[in-house]
Amino acid sequence: MTRQRPRLAVWKFASCDGCQLSLLDCEDELLAVAGAVEIAYFPEATRGTVRGIYDVSLVEGSITTPHDAARILDVRRRSRQLITIGACATAGGIQALRNLADVREYTAIVYARPDYIQTLATSTPIAEHVSVDFELRGCPINKRQLLEVLAALLAHRRPVTPAHSVCMECKARGNVCVMVAQGTPCLGPVTHAGCGAICPAYARGCYGCFGPMEMPNAPSLSEHLAALGMDRATLARFWRGFNAHAAPFREEAHCHDD
Amino acid sequence: MINALSMPCAVVTAVGVGALIAALRRDGYRVIGPTLRDQAIVVDTIRTLDDLPRGWTDHQEVAGYRLQRRDDAALFGYALGPQGWKRLLHPPVQPLWQMADAAGEPAASPPETERLAFLGVRACELRAIAIQDRVFLGGAARDPHYAARRAGLFVIAVNCGTAGGNCFCVSMASGPRVESGFDLVLTELLDEATPRYLVECGSDNGAKFLATLPKRAAEETDLAAARAISEATRASMRRAMPAGDHAALLRANPTHPRWDEVARRCLTCGNCTAVCPTCFCTAISDQSDITGRNMARERRWDSCFTSEFSFIHGGSVRSSGRSRYRQWLTHKLSTWVDQFGSSGCVGCGRCITWCPVGIDLTEEVRAIAANPTAEESRDDNA
Ligand code: SF4
Ligand code: SF4
Ligand code: SF4
Repeated sequence: MTRQRPRLAVWKFASCDGCQLSLLDCEDELLAVAGAVEIAYFPEATRGTVRGIYDVSLVEGSITTPHDAARILDVRRRSRQLITIGACATAGGIQALRNLADVREYTAIVYARPDYIQTLATSTPIAEHVSVDFELRGCPINKRQLLEVLAALLAHRRPVTPAHSVCMECKARGNVCVMVAQGTPCLGPVTHAGCGAICPAYARGCYGCFGPMEMPNAPSLSEHLAALGMDRATLARFWRGFNAHAAPFREEAHCHDD
Repeated sequence: MINALSMPCAVVTAVGVGALIAALRRDGYRVIGPTLRDQAIVVDTIRTLDDLPRGWTDHQEVAGYRLQRRDDAALFGYALGPQGWKRLLHPPVQPLWQMADAAGEPAASPPETERLAFLGVRACELRAIAIQDRVFLGGAARDPHYAARRAGLFVIAVNCGTAGGNCFCVSMASGPRVESGFDLVLTELLDEATPRYLVECGSDNGAKFLATLPKRAAEETDLAAARAISEATRASMRRAMPAGDHAALLRANPTHPRWDEVARRCLTCGNCTAVCPTCFCTAISDQSDITGRNMARERRWDSCFTSEFSFIHGGSVRSSGRSRYRQWLTHKLSTWVDQFGSSGCVGCGRCITWCPVGIDLTEEVRAIAANPTAEESRDDNA
């Protein structure tokens, strides 16, 4: 079977690089990936330059500067398929906590010359700026899911990345529920699957890295945690992690603000 | 029904239980039984008597489970673990076939050849296995993987010595006394300084293993003590499914306002279906690797609480938490009867313990039964 190798680009916006590194982390599969797609632009791995149109763009990071807000429009124009990867690109990331604060105050604290800093007041997901063909969740993304998305794309099929709760993965893995057996608060019931329920496997509650699941019932989980003794301030923080700007988590957190 | 007169029975000590584990292992079985892990009594591979949760018990309440110390050396002094035997007979992921060359032929995944011995199966769980037998083996399409695991299975049941906090098997007529479907059944007798075990046989294979154990003959006092334990367990069970024809009740109440009320609490997380020993629904997924040459099909646990479960052309048939919870409860207690000739609930209470927000199906049925003609809510399907 022969086929033209699709041209792939990997773009970085405001992010920690962790998600694009997941691609380099696919050590065993990297040669197969390089054989299946032409990695035409990936500054983290090669010195290719931006040229022409890409069949697939993987976009990491959120939009936090006027420059990036303009650049994502160019990336969209150059991309047949645009896939966002990771919590920054799909929800604004941890840096979206700035959306709740005064950015000028932050820059004044962090930078010696805040007047040199050009930044937006918010960190927003890519889909708030351009149309996105597929969102791969996670902070960071799961490399097996990334390979699955690429393999599905090449085979013209839907990727198998279920949008149900982390609890489903947690039970499949055979974990003992940390919320029921240890009283540890856990975001698993409202969080999108994909990580394989790693944290509960190590006796930690889920931090919600993969963002809201398909039909999150955030108020019910809050009500239960409040009954277990979680106070309002802690509840508000509980919902404000890597996916604080995702609407169901954002709105729920807001309910517990004073 | 086990008949102590026609089938051999005997009394062993913990040493005898250890000898049974060893004998099964020598015979090639992998023994699966209760053991401590992650602050719970789970079922996993057992190598020796020391793997059993000697002196531990579980305290269970609505959305709560805590491991606790007992003041004796009981091996089976707990009620039910977080997940039962389902994950062994009907595992969370089941490979179905692989294809190593896109132009080639799919090669079916071979059925399992490993023989399993389950140690510590409770009455409700045996009933659940019998129900899954009907699901996987009773129809025109038999599941070869389930059939293979089931055919080699050796079952050592245990008569419950305590009722767990969420158990309601008495009201579902599925316990606490084991009646059929086992090779051996143990009753743990704790009225003397050291625990002893009445062992009764349910099959020739069970009798074969019993013959090899260090034991003494069972006396009438042992049999009476065992009966008294089952009676005490029955009497101490606090939770119950309300009496009545649940199948008819739920059939008649698809638009009861209680469905809206439970949907307000339900997280649609799917924990209840995962822990339920009779829930069997799966999703099939096909996967191809990055080269496009290797393909595989697998079957994995799904749940009526996910969107994809009822996804057909145009979207999910059941798009609300209300319709999903109603589907779960109505299938379990009503349409299951039409489909398989029995209730789909054996009263184990796992869905009550492991629901993160403590939704209790007996309470939901009670609420609907208390007011079956309540004003109807929305009558849409979603
Ligand atoms: S530990 Fe968390 S993710 Fe796992 S079942 Fe419990 S609530 Fe769900
Ligand atoms: S519905 Fe609940 S109580 Fe009934 S068998 Fe399933 S898990 Fe056990
Ligand atoms: S009833 Fe409980 S366990 Fe089941 S889906 Fe709803 S919240 Fe989850």
